[in-house]
Amino acid sequence: MTFMKKTLAASIAVAAASSMAISTAHAEISDGEVRIGYLADMSGTYRDLAGPGGQTAMEMAVADFGGSVNGSPIVIFSADDRNSADVGANTVREWIDQRNVDMVGGLVASSVSIAVTKVLQENNGLGIVSGSAASSITNEHCTPNHIHWVYDTYPLANGTAKAVVEQGGDSWFLLTADYAFGHALEADVTSVVEANGGEIVGGVRHPFPTSDFSSYILQAQGSGAKIVGLANAGADTVNAITTASQFGLTQSGQQLAGLLIFLNDVHALGLEATQGLLLTTGWYWDMDEESRAWSERYFEETGRMPTMVQAGIYSSTMHYLKAVEAAGTDDPETVRAKMAEEPINDFFARNGSIREDGRMIHDMYLAQVKTPEESTGEWDLYNILSTIPAAEAYRPLSDSQCPLVQN
Amino acid sequence: MTMIFGVPMAVFMGQLTLGLVNGAFYALLSLGLAVIFGLLKIVNFAHGAQYMLGAFAALLGFRYLGINYWLALILVPLVVGGFGMLMERFLLRRIAHLDHLYGLLLTFGLALIFEGTLINFFGVSGARYATPEILQGGLNLGFMFLPTYRAWVLVAALAMCLFTWFMIERTRLGAYLRAGTENSQLMQAFGVNVPLLITLTYGFGVGLAAFAGVLAAPLYPVSPTMGSSLLIVVFAVVVIGGMGSILGAILTGLGMGIIEGLTKVYYPEASNTVIFLVMILVLMLRPAGLFGKEA
Repeated sequence: MTFMKKTLAASIAVAAASSMAISTAHAEISDGEVRIGYLADMSGTYRDLAGPGGQTAMEMAVADFGGSVNGSPIVIFSADDRNSADVGANTVREWIDQRNVDMVGGLVASSVSIAVTKVLQENNGLGIVSGSAASSITNEHCTPNHIHWVYDTYPLANGTAKAVVEQGGDSWFLLTADYAFGHALEADVTSVVEANGGEIVGGVRHPFPTSDFSSYILQAQGSGAKIVGLANAGADTVNAITTASQFGLTQSGQQLAGLLIFLNDVHALGLEATQGLLLTTGWYWDMDEESRAWSERYFEETGRMPTMVQAGIYSSTMHYLKAVEAAGTDDPETVRAKMAEEPINDFFARNGSIREDGRMIHDMYLAQVKTPEESTGEWDLYNILSTIPAAEAYRPLSDSQCPLVQN
Repeated sequence: MTMIFGVPMAVFMGQLTLGLVNGAFYALLSLGLAVIFGLLKIVNFAHGAQYMLGAFAALLGFRYLGINYWLALILVPLVVGGFGMLMERFLLRRIAHLDHLYGLLLTFGLALIFEGTLINFFGVSGARYATPEILQGGLNLGFMFLPTYRAWVLVAALAMCLFTWFMIERTRLGAYLRAGTENSQLMQAFGVNVPLLITLTYGFGVGLAAFAGVLAAPLYPVSPTMGSSLLIVVFAVVVIGGMGSILGAILTGLGMGIIEGLTKVYYPEASNTVIFLVMILVLMLRPAGLFGKEA
């Protein structure tokens, strides 16, 4: 009996204390835990650019933060979306309904991200998209419940295509992956090339995924275009570049422009096949002291240097946790607002800030793949040529179709 | 310039040549499947994974043991084929008396295990396997630049196809094999070791897949997922040719390569579905396949 009484008394005390906490701090950490879901392609085409390595980056952020926020432990759940919008959306629905997950991170294939952010909007959750490319995620598909972190198709086109046209590459042949992401990239590239005085002389939309590119490379050779632009990603890009080198595309005077190339792609292809390739990236591990220091820690964990997506997952998770701490709650709306209040300047993002459409804008970089002679090690792959300032890199808000933006 | 169906003659000829090269690949892979199905009645869903294992064995053999391409072309099919024989002896044989579906499920499961294990160690980005020096460069055919290696693939694949066809259809060993699958008890009564023959045949089919894998290694990035996308196409080729028909698999493989190649010029969006359209048509008109005997 005395035990019962004591418990009762204690519960009343706790309840009183917590209601006081609510009145002072406005809200609290739900379930006494900050629960983060990591959703990504863990086994397919996009595994190496985010995948298990992205989860490691997220775990590093949690560990560096101390493992808890204001005394509430941080818990990570993870799942493989297998690049399927259905699987992704159902996983997130289950996370929200049954496990009260507070934030979903990772998010790679654009189709999965668009489906998941709709679920988050319906359930008032919070998502941070790090791996996806489609700029539509913060344009026509924007929601108040997600943020897009690392890059998107707009700066890819704006960086690479513009630089290539300025160097005299004014006639283009586009190899486009025949799905939402490829179409978005194709549209962005076409407008950038034409705006800078260039011309698209032809193109092929190839099925996703394609293993044999020889026929398309032959068509590109026949087109007479100076530049063969690759509006595809992952294994398709790797395959296209390999085939182009077998068919002597560059020897016959044409040049390749990779529009979405990750560090792991260049690493897989080797410098012999990729040297001189221009690309736009949100981050590179060997940019400066800070990025090197973090990357070396990451390398010790995984045995590979991080891609921009993996670094972005650390950066976004850290920014989220700081916002939860500062707000004293994991309530999505409050945290989202808090995240947008603070500028982002860490080893990953320079001059970073979150706009009302959910786009995290930050400096982007035009890079060129090193020659085998220039490279001093397995992961010494890029020269950073120039910085594209945050304000110029992304689609201006004045062109936005996002309903959250007052135009 | 001469035009064919609105496409310059040179482009048309180029695509025809490339289609033939890809077709030789399809022929080689579907041949292995046809041998295994035709003689053993096993629907080998691990064929794509075995092809991938061939490419990986070539890559790792070069990286860690210094085995060059030419040696790999001989050794890898033997090693992977031997591995296939172990699979047959210890796994497939146990379910040989059950419905074909069990074999399909078992081989599919094994394929997933092989792929998953390699993904765990090597990721999915793929690795490069250098083209052997004498096959580097290309041939100027007038209408196109054909990389020498692709020309070699065409020759090697066709030679292997002919060799296999000859072995099975024209030799005594092949005759035993065909008879053994027709009536194994009678053959055993004649003193032929039929179980051993079956193990060897499965090993041979797997060896063909591994041979194709070594041929593919310098062409495509060597990655654990390289076989899974190809497998479906190759199955369609086997169905079109007629399940189990050796000659059917070879001719259909070449034909489908050409049809796919031309689709890539006229309507590229459909290039990975065109083979399935042909499959539907063939199944409607000739349910046993173009070269199949039983209806």
